[in-house]
Amino acid sequence: MSAFGRLFLGLNLLMAGLLIGSIALAEMPKRIVSVGGSVTEIIHALGQQDRLIGRDRTSTYPAAALALPDIGYARALSPEGVLSVAPDMIIAIEGAGPPETLDVLKSAQVDYVSVPEIFSADGITAKIRTVGAALGKEAEAEALAQTVSRDLRSAEADAASVAGEHPKKVLFILSTRGGRIMAGGANSAADSIIRMASAVNAVTDFDGYKPMTDEAVSKAAPDVILMMDRGGDHGAAIEDLLALPSIAPTPAAQTGKVVRMNGLHLLGFGPRTASAVTELNQALYSEAD
Amino acid sequence: MALAADTPNSGVTSLGAIDRRVQARRLTVVLALLLAVMSVLSLAWGASGTSLWGALQDLAMGRDLSRLDQIVLFDIRLPRLFLGILVGSALAVSGAVMQGLFRNPLADPGIVGVSAGAGLAAICAIVMGAFLPAMLRDTVGNYLVPIAAFLGGWGSTLILYRVSTRRGQTSVATMLLAGIALGALSGALSGILVYIADDNQLRDLTFWGMGSLAGATWSKVLAASPIIGVALLALPALSRGLNGLALGEAAAGHIGIPVQRVKNIAILIVASATGASVAVSGGIGFIGIVVPHLLRLASGPDHHSLLPNAALLGASLLLAADMISRVIIAPAELPIGIITAVLGAPVFLWILLRRFGSTGL
Repeated sequence: MSAFGRLFLGLNLLMAGLLIGSIALAEMPKRIVSVGGSVTEIIHALGQQDRLIGRDRTSTYPAAALALPDIGYARALSPEGVLSVAPDMIIAIEGAGPPETLDVLKSAQVDYVSVPEIFSADGITAKIRTVGAALGKEAEAEALAQTVSRDLRSAEADAASVAGEHPKKVLFILSTRGGRIMAGGANSAADSIIRMASAVNAVTDFDGYKPMTDEAVSKAAPDVILMMDRGGDHGAAIEDLLALPSIAPTPAAQTGKVVRMNGLHLLGFGPRTASAVTELNQALYSEAD
Repeated sequence: MALAADTPNSGVTSLGAIDRRVQARRLTVVLALLLAVMSVLSLAWGASGTSLWGALQDLAMGRDLSRLDQIVLFDIRLPRLFLGILVGSALAVSGAVMQGLFRNPLADPGIVGVSAGAGLAAICAIVMGAFLPAMLRDTVGNYLVPIAAFLGGWGSTLILYRVSTRRGQTSVATMLLAGIALGALSGALSGILVYIADDNQLRDLTFWGMGSLAGATWSKVLAASPIIGVALLALPALSRGLNGLALGEAAAGHIGIPVQRVKNIAILIVASATGASVAVSGGIGFIGIVVPHLLRLASGPDHHSLLPNAALLGASLLLAADMISRVIIAPAELPIGIITAVLGAPVFLWILLRRFGSTGL
């Protein structure tokens, strides 16, 4: 084949490719609202952030997401608010709602994709595959899922070797309103991340997040207290926390061991969870403080 | 000045009474106009770019509306407008009727535990819904919570009524106290359920408790309108009785008011209207206590004008609060209960100061 022939064939192939690509693009949803912090992270990790036109309040990472209009809290979406940004697809974490809003959105022929929320390594890769399929980026999602899965396995293995034979007992405190401890029990995101970081949840007598009595907190005797980092000055807050009658007798209070991490990073169960596992593991087992 | 006139003027034809009636009728016209304006604004205003005028022009020119405009106008704003009118008038009228019944300007369906009872039942439905047999859950589905709220409102009213009625006589004093006790009990039981609830249910409870018109659908409008409609239609029959009751039960009986029947109808109206409005929109406070007060200031305590005017003003106020709630942080939305509390609480305080400031509580 002559050089010209090859060039001609190449050009033809290029044109065909562009044509197919543009058809595929035209059919793919371009105006997407993302609901749920981890969903937004996955869309960014797949490089599809240009297709986002709105996000919910929990979507605070990466910083670029904050520039998008905030359509409200995931479980209290208003139908007209969501429609006002004229989406053609909504990708939402399981549990978004209320149902009335979802009904209206479906009747408005906006594609609605629900992303299952399971607090485990497999749960994260399932999220990535669901979001990838919704975006028409199955191959990229598969690659990301493989990477994330591999990173998670190695982070968990590293965490296990750091923890050794004596795992720390960790109490996750969601809030301390009025001196009452709201703690993370079994089947919560906090419980899963603590176990992935090779530690033991100090309370597993109840599911989800529940207020605990002072005596139960003392009896749980955590080595470390884990909390979300809400920004601002924490030095004084930590002193107050450790002085609470329920906390004061625990090993955590005696060693002053309080770990604070960004809530979405710690509990989001998205692409960054491997780094959250490592960060939490290091914070739990560091002897520096 | 109007509030000081606690004696009714029914049957007494003085120059002042006639003046006041004319004034009240004028007020009714003004309030009806206000409601009309609010309704149009409520259809025209929202987070999306849909314009009412554009849509009307399109319709007038025989053009088809875009799918988005159709949904925003007919499936979102219109049911929301109707629901706002229904709930606003139900709350204001329930407040006015309660205040007349108890001869206490601070009475409210909240006080006799009707709202708390409805709330308890709704919370029960949210928390226990998961344990229902799948068959029942599938058939009742989304309507479980509103149905429960409505039945809860009725149930607590019935218990209240049983407790405070002896030999066919309802004691208003017993009823008030029993209502407070029932409200506290409902609150406590709700508290227990909150502890049982899982995280997702808990978040549902929070948003449900703050009240909102955001979930307005035609099916909610259809469910609430016969109940609230009948309650509103029964009001004229009640006005003379409530006016008479202002004299005290014994005196009302002496001038020929069928006291027990008036009380029965009043309780029925309040239970249905409050139960239905809690069922479709959750807890929205202050409309029931603020609206009748404002109207008594403006046109006196005669229930012939007070009750219909309360329906009109209650509807307008709730529509106004709803518009604020949906545009103030658009495209997100505030629960309307927060708006009515922010607007209503200072007005309530001002009323208290105005009424009791000189005499002391």
